[in-house]
Amino acid sequence: MSRRAWVVVNSLALLLLLLGIWQAVVSLNHVPAYLLPGPKAVAVAIRDRFPSLVSSLWITTEEAAGGLAASIVTGVAIAMIFAQWRWLRQLVYPYTILLQTVPIVAITPLIINWMGPGMLAVGVVTFIICLAPIIANATQGLISVDENLIHLFVMHKATPGQILFKLRLPNSLPNLFTGIRISAGISVVGGITGELFAGSPRVGEGGLGYAIIYANNQMETSYMFALVLAATVLGFCFFFLVMFLEWLALHNWHESKRAGMSE
Amino acid sequence: MVSAPEIVLQGVTKRYSSGALALKDISLAVERGEFVTLLGPSGCGKSTLLRLVSGLSTATGGSILVNGMTAENARELMSFIFQDPTLMPWRTVEQNVGLSLELEHAARALRAERVAAMLELVGLTHVAKRYPRELSGGMKMRASIARALVSRPRILLLDEPFAALDEMTRERMNEELLRLHGEQKWTVLFVTHSVSEAVFLSQRIVILGAHPGRIAHDITVDLPWPRTAALRDSQAYEQAVTRVSRLLRGAQHA
Repeated sequence: MSRRAWVVVNSLALLLLLLGIWQAVVSLNHVPAYLLPGPKAVAVAIRDRFPSLVSSLWITTEEAAGGLAASIVTGVAIAMIFAQWRWLRQLVYPYTILLQTVPIVAITPLIINWMGPGMLAVGVVTFIICLAPIIANATQGLISVDENLIHLFVMHKATPGQILFKLRLPNSLPNLFTGIRISAGISVVGGITGELFAGSPRVGEGGLGYAIIYANNQMETSYMFALVLAATVLGFCFFFLVMFLEWLALHNWHESKRAGMSE
Repeated sequence: MVSAPEIVLQGVTKRYSSGALALKDISLAVERGEFVTLLGPSGCGKSTLLRLVSGLSTATGGSILVNGMTAENARELMSFIFQDPTLMPWRTVEQNVGLSLELEHAARALRAERVAAMLELVGLTHVAKRYPRELSGGMKMRASIARALVSRPRILLLDEPFAALDEMTRERMNEELLRLHGEQKWTVLFVTHSVSEAVFLSQRIVILGAHPGRIAHDITVDLPWPRTAALRDSQAYEQAVTRVSRLLRGAQHA
């Protein structure tokens, strides 16, 4: 058996062991399911409520992905403007940090007041918390270009557009992906936070955050656990999707993706 | 008809915005096809001088004419080679080499043809599709030279291009540079702090003194052409190196 397979087997064994201990504690102490359900009760809840679980998961996925995508497009555009005009960057950049420090939980009700409850408002909440890491990292990548490369482009009469698209933008990719990775992780948190406040236009149907509140009110603790698990898996999937895209974009040339070259 | 020198500097002065005087009253004429080395201690402003000629920075006094034009207008005639290869890591070797042609929107077929010819000339055909991180230091520098030459410059400005290479690679690069110069006859301004490199390559060595940077000596190197690796074993070469070293030391302490 290869080393890698051995590591996987061990991890799975550890997981099973922890689940076993959890189940044993619940069963032996007769803990009621509304307080702490065992893994078996959670599995049953997943099986019984599978369609509504998937529907909630899908709603949150759309909101988080939409907010994240919008933040990438907007963030890169803002970073490009910052890279082009230094005075503008120095003027505005400090304010973009406010995006990061604003307590999102506090302004979410405001956004919902303005926009009405629903997926759009939740997407906007996600967009706001995803934006700052994208702007910060993309700007860093766009401006930290080897000075001599800029001289080279200038010597060959490159236009500002050529310097931006052929030099600054490719140079910024490693930093940009760092930003996207951070934002992908928090986009799911943003989506769920938004849903906690936004509720749903239709009773009983909504994203993971809405369903968590709903299940809590109904004392369906096993289903709550299932929803939390789904949210965790969703964040994980976002993160790995971005990792994969990053690998696709950078593995040919970037030093950080050098692993495996010697094999 | 006697042709005018390719590069003419008259009373060039450069004062940094900090107020420090980098270069004082530099006058220098470089003939077409001449290989001139600027040699001097660190802080003598030799790299600054090269940047002035390239038009990347402007003099605070005096005049610079390149092929009868201002440095900035003559940019098309010049190529610059930096101390680091400064290749773009996200581009393959051939994409790096073709950069200047791409920036001026040369036709794809022409670009491919000139890049291939250039890679052949510097011996990098076999790594055309590779990325810079897969190349050795010497190969990167060759790619950098190919990138500078692909636009067919009349003037080549080199700022300590081989300083980061090991001794053996450096000597081989010196020989290759001379071979290319023999074929393409560009006018060269070469900056280095290595005396042996300066003597091996140059027709003329301009020794700069520091604080502020000024011309201390202007020496003609009377060694036979073509110069090959064998030259380094000759007594004449050793004598020239000794003489230039002595002048350099003098310039440093003057």
